[in-house]
Amino acid sequence: MESVLYYVASAVAVFSSIMVVTRLNAVHALLYLILSLLAVGIVFYLLGAHFAAVLEVIIYAGAIMVLFVFVIMMLNQGQKTVIQEQTWLQPRMWIGPVILSSVLLVELVIVFVKGEDAAAGQIIDAKQVGTTLFGPYLLAVELASILLLAGLVGAYHLGRPTTESQQQRETEEET
Amino acid sequence: MNTIPMTHGLALAAMLFSIGLTGVLVRRNILFVLMSIELMLNAAGLAFVFAGARWGQADGQIFFLLILTLAAAEVGVALGLVLQIYRRFGSLDVDAISEMKG
Repeated sequence: MESVLYYVASAVAVFSSIMVVTRLNAVHALLYLILSLLAVGIVFYLLGAHFAAVLEVIIYAGAIMVLFVFVIMMLNQGQKTVIQEQTWLQPRMWIGPVILSSVLLVELVIVFVKGEDAAAGQIIDAKQVGTTLFGPYLLAVELASILLLAGLVGAYHLGRPTTESQQQRETEEET
Repeated sequence: MNTIPMTHGLALAAMLFSIGLTGVLVRRNILFVLMSIELMLNAAGLAFVFAGARWGQADGQIFFLLILTLAAAEVGVALGLVLQIYRRFGSLDVDAISEMKG
């Protein structure tokens, strides 16, 4: 039963990921991306990684995707970009990378099929993850916090509006 | 206890990663490139969780957590960059910023 659910969820994940890459409208692609992340969350759940499944839904499909939605809304893309993408996405342009990626995929699948065939593990609950996270991996937690702080500072620096002195400098450079 | 072969899980992760890689190579809109990078990070996390489930260790999920942190920080900075690029070049075409000089 779990295996049937798993294959359905993975089919959804793969299909929606393909749709993400092929959509012309950014908002449609974003919806497919959320669908893909949710499907992967279900896969995590079926694997017994309940904590990872919950985090996938809350942080990935929730928080990170909301950032994308905000930015797409701020950029206010319309029909103009759809037409632009239509002219960019010609088959002669993307057929090469597609073939190369398919070859890589076939190689990977062959390697895995030839390898050891084993049933996927057991349930690992949040308690087990927590004790390991704050035991041997304590340094990694600290490093992650530093990474997030750096991301915060960087995002603030990049996201602030240009100051008047900067604009003056740019106009001077142009003239 | 589930009976999903390790092969199939890693194949799923490989497929998702390849789709993301294709997206990065094919698309010229920087937003789609970012979404494809998210797909690739997610596929890597899936492989970690699968391996963790296979051996019954919590380490796989911990590495997924670290990937999640990385993705959050990356998206924050990258979307700030997208806004700046759109403000300066008026376009989301990645080729528009190929003229950058030091």
